[in-house]
Amino acid sequence: MGLQAIFFYIFAFVAVASAFMVIFAKNPVHSVLFLILVFVNAAGLFLLTGAEFLAMILLVVYIGAVAVLFLFVVMMLDVDFAELRSGVAKYTPLSVLIGLIVAAELIVVIGGSTLSPSIKQTVTMPIPDVTKRSNTAALGDVLYTHYVFFFQLSGMILLVAMIGAIVLTLRHRQNIKRQDIAKQVARDPKTAIEVVKVKTGQGL
Amino acid sequence: MDSFFSTYVWPAIIMVAESLLLLVCLLVFIAFILLADRKVWANVQLRRGPNVVGPFGLFQSFADLLKFVFKEPIIPAGADKTVFLLAPLVSVTLALATWAVIPLADGWVVANINVGILYVFAISSLEVYGVIMAGWASNSKYPFLGALRSAAQMVSYEVSIGFVMVTVLLCVGSLNLTDIVNSQKTGLGTMLGLPNTFLDWHWLSLFPMFVIFFISGLAETNRPPFDLPEAESELVAGYMVEYSSAPYMMMMLSEYAAIMLVCSLMTILFLGGWLPPFDFWLINWVPGIIWFLIKISFCFFLFAMTKAIVPRYRYDQLMRLGWKVFLPLSLVMLIVVAFILKLTGWAG
Repeated sequence: MGLQAIFFYIFAFVAVASAFMVIFAKNPVHSVLFLILVFVNAAGLFLLTGAEFLAMILLVVYIGAVAVLFLFVVMMLDVDFAELRSGVAKYTPLSVLIGLIVAAELIVVIGGSTLSPSIKQTVTMPIPDVTKRSNTAALGDVLYTHYVFFFQLSGMILLVAMIGAIVLTLRHRQNIKRQDIAKQVARDPKTAIEVVKVKTGQGL
Repeated sequence: MDSFFSTYVWPAIIMVAESLLLLVCLLVFIAFILLADRKVWANVQLRRGPNVVGPFGLFQSFADLLKFVFKEPIIPAGADKTVFLLAPLVSVTLALATWAVIPLADGWVVANINVGILYVFAISSLEVYGVIMAGWASNSKYPFLGALRSAAQMVSYEVSIGFVMVTVLLCVGSLNLTDIVNSQKTGLGTMLGLPNTFLDWHWLSLFPMFVIFFISGLAETNRPPFDLPEAESELVAGYMVEYSSAPYMMMMLSEYAAIMLVCSLMTILFLGGWLPPFDFWLINWVPGIIWFLIKISFCFFLFAMTKAIVPRYRYDQLMRLGWKVFLPLSLVMLIVVAFILKLTGWAG
């Protein structure tokens, strides 16, 4: 357990420190990079608790895909930071309110087990021994066997949302040249070229 | 004191020693692979390639290493210095970190984890950050365009690589890389009544996926014909334009480490890892690591030949190939393979 404890403190400390840096970094690109660091360390913490599949999925989905898009958007936008910061005083009450709500929720979640002792039992109850059942198999059972219809349903909803987004943003511009590979391949000498006998001195 | 030593110090020493051994061997191997790449390229073009340093130019890469290290690193005035220097470090660390789970022979693996292939997939999906950070931090047009191209390309081809991996996992039933290799001891060949041969490996039974994986691997590692992020005719050197000396060397190193990783993944997923090609006593006697090295070298030879003989793709063709050809193809193959496994009961 010794090394695990050390790694826990490393991951936890770096995660919290970089979470602060997400807020305090002046440059938004640096903020996103710190956010990625938070994700990586959260994945490390998942690993330490034995949730190896979740850790890897966090890396693949959040960092490999979502954060790349984040980074793209932030890099491409030409943000004026001075203007962005001018509204801070106006929004302070709202942000304080949201912060308080999140803090209260966290306290309820963490303190819930002391308020009602029965919650504690459900926390430890459904977890079988990690060495007997890998959590990839366990998650697969839950998603694809027990709750397969809900899984399919959520998949359909996401598909509809994706198609909707594409339909809303797609526009075919008429006056650009598009490559049609089938058309190119189907060309043959009969239709593509015309052989003309040119008489000397006359031209066509 | 004794328990402190056995719980903290000893595991750490073992971990560090194993990792160091792996890294040193890997880096030396990469040095020769770099030379092999140049030699293959040269021979295809009827040149000699590097042949001055050492016998047959074998020490060329080490001479290059010294040259890179002793040059002055130049950081552009407008660059974001921290991120600029962090980018090559991130690239190298991620490219080398993946090797922790690669089994070189039976039991020869630093970390034999349950979700090995997912770990490889996750870390290789992070490799795009080295490129993006380098392109952005250089604060110049060509690197930024290169980084954008690279990011779009790597993210696109990761999708089809993921589906190919899932197809193999369906046939194996485990995410552990050692299990994946061991499952290839029997396969299509033994089903037809042949003894254990190279026909059992997944390359034959999943041949279309093998081809998709190879081509996507080229795109994923920015190798020609998909080397658009560093296309010298358009972007000078893409995201690496502003890099010089040691940081440049690290970018190159991470690129080649990623290429070797794709080669070793191809070996593990499709070419039976360390398994010998025939069940024959003389061949069985050769240690598994030798077979593994031969197979990765073969895969790299394919990469090198592709670089030498195939012209570069246009960027929109690259995107079309990734999204409109490989993605549907690998999805359909995945479904077909899943149905076959389910209906014939081969999945177990």
